[in-house]
Amino acid sequence: MTEAPDVSITYDLAVMLPEIFLALGIMALLIFGVFRGDRATGFVSSLGVVLLVAVGYFVYQVTDWGADADARAAFGGSIVVDRFGSFLKLLVLTGGALALIMSQRYLRTERMARFEYPILILFALLGMMMMISAHDLIALYVGIELQSLSLYVLAAFNRDSQRASEAGLKYFVLSALSSGLLLYGASLVYGFSGSTDFAVISTVVAEGAPIGLLVGLVFMAAGLSFKVSAVPFHMWTPDVYEGAPTPVTAFFAVAPKIAAFAIFIRVMIEMFGPLVEQWQPIIIFISIGSMAVGAFGAIGQNNIKRLMAYSTIGHMGYALIGLAAASEAGVRSVLLYLAIYLATNLGAFVCILAMRLKEGMVENVSALSGLSRSQPFVAAALAIFMFSLAGIPPFAGFFAKLFVFSAALQAGLLPLAIIGVLTSVVGTFYYLRIVKIMYFDEPAEAFDPKIGAALRLILAGSAAFTTLFLVFALPIQAAAARAASALF
Amino acid sequence: MFEAIAFYIFSVILIASGFLVIASRVPVHSVLFLILAFFNAAALFLLMGAEFLGLILLVVYVGAVAVLFLFVVMMLDVDLAEIRKGVLQYLPVGAMVGLILVLELGFVLFSWVVAPEAAANRAVPVAPITEVSNTEAIGRVLYTRYVYLFQASGLVLLLSMVGAIVLTHRQREGVKRQNVSRQVARTREEGVRLVKVKPGQGL
Amino acid sequence: MIAFFQSFLGPEWGFAVGYTLAILALAVSLLVMLAFLLLFDRKVWAAVQMRKGPNVVGPFGLLQSFADFFKFVFKEIVIPAGADKTVFLLAPLITFVLAMAAWAVVPVGEGWVIADINVGILYIFAISSLGVYGIIMGGWASNSKYPFLGGLRSAAQMVSYEVAIGFVIITVLLVVGSLNLSEIVRAQAGGIQNWFVIGGTLPVPLLLLPMFVIFFISALAETNRPPFDLPEAESELVAGYQVEYSSTPYLLFMIGEYLNIVLMCAMISILFLGGWHPPVDLVPFTLVPGVIWFILKVWVIFFLFAMVKAMVPRYRYDQLMRLGWKLFLPTALVWTILIAGLMIYARPDLPPAL
Repeated sequence: MTEAPDVSITYDLAVMLPEIFLALGIMALLIFGVFRGDRATGFVSSLGVVLLVAVGYFVYQVTDWGADADARAAFGGSIVVDRFGSFLKLLVLTGGALALIMSQRYLRTERMARFEYPILILFALLGMMMMISAHDLIALYVGIELQSLSLYVLAAFNRDSQRASEAGLKYFVLSALSSGLLLYGASLVYGFSGSTDFAVISTVVAEGAPIGLLVGLVFMAAGLSFKVSAVPFHMWTPDVYEGAPTPVTAFFAVAPKIAAFAIFIRVMIEMFGPLVEQWQPIIIFISIGSMAVGAFGAIGQNNIKRLMAYSTIGHMGYALIGLAAASEAGVRSVLLYLAIYLATNLGAFVCILAMRLKEGMVENVSALSGLSRSQPFVAAALAIFMFSLAGIPPFAGFFAKLFVFSAALQAGLLPLAIIGVLTSVVGTFYYLRIVKIMYFDEPAEAFDPKIGAALRLILAGSAAFTTLFLVFALPIQAAAARAASALF
Repeated sequence: MFEAIAFYIFSVILIASGFLVIASRVPVHSVLFLILAFFNAAALFLLMGAEFLGLILLVVYVGAVAVLFLFVVMMLDVDLAEIRKGVLQYLPVGAMVGLILVLELGFVLFSWVVAPEAAANRAVPVAPITEVSNTEAIGRVLYTRYVYLFQASGLVLLLSMVGAIVLTHRQREGVKRQNVSRQVARTREEGVRLVKVKPGQGL
Repeated sequence: MIAFFQSFLGPEWGFAVGYTLAILALAVSLLVMLAFLLLFDRKVWAAVQMRKGPNVVGPFGLLQSFADFFKFVFKEIVIPAGADKTVFLLAPLITFVLAMAAWAVVPVGEGWVIADINVGILYIFAISSLGVYGIIMGGWASNSKYPFLGGLRSAAQMVSYEVAIGFVIITVLLVVGSLNLSEIVRAQAGGIQNWFVIGGTLPVPLLLLPMFVIFFISALAETNRPPFDLPEAESELVAGYQVEYSSTPYLLFMIGEYLNIVLMCAMISILFLGGWHPPVDLVPFTLVPGVIWFILKVWVIFFLFAMVKAMVPRYRYDQLMRLGWKLFLPTALVWTILIAGLMIYARPDLPPAL
């Protein structure tokens, strides 16, 4: 699986180059921001985007994309760089960079422009990269902590707003609890196997798993389900999505989910791979739960951000189907699902960011009525995203679900696929409701048409991607297949 | 013999003070018992021959973290009666959850086995204690094998500092701030004004 | 000495009796020295102000401290009605016991140390960082405004300056390569040019002098000495955390405080001034026992402490914090990196970095 350990520290550092570069860049930007003050927010954000592009380039360079190349391990196997991780890192970095661009205007108009905002986003991305590369329980935990800490602060970034503070606090308390569960599980696993290295644990558990280790596995699965906001650990999601500033919610909806999924897959497939019979039922259960809660919970929601939260829960459920399949095809379908989910969700959140009246942001679904007349472009894009999220062909979301379901069928999980189809039919109801409100309801007050060139560009890009997915399907699927093959 | 006695004394005090942390009625006493618990934990480390860890525990937790704890708790006006008001209401549910957890833990404990190769996995190649002191031994693995985790933890701390500043620091209006470099750069010309006062008239 | 007692009392009893006697000898001589240091402090202070100072009890007032001692002991212990009695009485005891305990690892001469543990400096650092508890507990338990404010101030102040002290200690440790106090002193053998304040084994002379200055000033702050005596600033807080204390508890506080001051003087002489080593490595100087040199150095540093007390006006609290966090901490941090880099350059004999 991993290369022979190389004792040279320079090799380790070279493998870690993207992370190290990002960390140093963050510190440089932090110093710059401290000296320039909050005036520099825009500049720091722009530099942050440039930094992320450079980091993405390094991630691409440092990885060996060859079809049967081994993973590069560094620091005694604490971290690995493989195609699987790098694919997801690129997704996360894209999500982070776009979220950073999307925030610019919002921060200015809502008077929240503080230079720490881009810094915290970058820190979160660094944590996610560390999570994705983690190949050791301690490295995993440190990465999760780095990511979560920045997310708590980002959720409460608008600290003068009571709702944002509540969101931050709720997120903090529940997330700390889930970290506790994860740590407890990890300690049981370590206690049984005597090692924190995924590879070593994997060989140890292959020889049999007593009840204590299984309890550890369940606790770790619970902690990780919290991070991907899967049922029964989803309760925080709607409140945090609603309370956090909208661009932060957009960021929450994509990057942390992808990173958490990466580590979920790594832990289950790489570390507990031999125990697939033990963990498969757990994943199936939380997958069904998430799909159901996502579908039925969203029906009564009038706040668009809460609605998106339930939508996220549901989509995590669909993606978990791919993990439940526990096969290469399953992982490939998850990767594909996450890529499409990223594009569609970011686009949807651009539309939500455009929901601004003269007196400020609105979040009520009914405010969207008449959007088709006042801003046909935005309305059409939002309609596309909703169709895609609902899984209606020929939009990208349809293919995402198709791959996941076919992976489930291949793995012999027919009931799971059927439940998935049924819940997505239910889900279609509330996605289409938004389309109906936009196109057929009595027009409400028109939104402020100025949303800025950057937002327009992202909107157009993601709408194009979602609509014309068939054009991009082949290269993306090839990349996902190559990434997934790294784990098997 | 002596070590066994010392071990039991320290452990008993450690557990007792741990219990008193949650049982004592005055919050400040709780913190003081917490400190006592840290102290005994450090003593247990010393008994095991891990003198560096023991003393670092004292320096970091007792000398810095707990002081700030105490600092905050002393300034809070905690009304325990107010906090305990809702306890009865949640007690049945809480007790049930606790009971289930205890049962589960017992279940795990009694069926606990360790993989046969665990001991071999756990062993880290470290030079014997006769050759290097354990301070040096920790340093050798901390800055080589675990340097990534060490630095990553450093990043977590940096981030928590940034986060705390973001959430709490605000420039208050109407506060006079000292600008030391300006004070030092002040010259006689700026500070002194020579006024000719005519006798008998004043200013 | 332990071996001597073990030779006729058996290994276990000899160990116990030997150590008890050693500890008693150290404690008694420390306390006696302290009595005269107290007087010395007051005399220096008086001299700066062109007064005579205490001169009534005994010749030149030499017995003044002992008279004070009896006065304190014979007075009634007053415990305020609203005080938390246990904590109130525990606080001075903690201060005193910790101040004494720290001396266990201080080498006053070659081999003259009760516990020659190999993390001695860490032990001292840990114990001195615990010293704040006596003050903060006393301030809180008094259940009164001024002591409480004094306790808070002292907690913040001591925690702040500990950081700077820690980094200064690290620079010295980097040069020596050991946490054992005796080793640190031995690394400075061979005359004044090898003392760390001058040069030590470093290729560049006077490199540790700035650290010496930072340590000295931080030691003043750490021990609540003027000009950093804000926890007990009489013009603002009456007597700070000691307001409600009287009689023996007060005495314990005072002895503890002075013991800490002497400890800091001893630390300075061990870390920077060559400990028990004579300034010149030649016959008339080397004949004097090391412990005399050590005590002499402690007195010299204490004289500086006393002069600072007499001459420097008290800092304002924000200035104190600014000095600690914005000046000393960054300087010491940069210096640590500098010294570490220099050690890698100058000492290729250090163990390889794997």
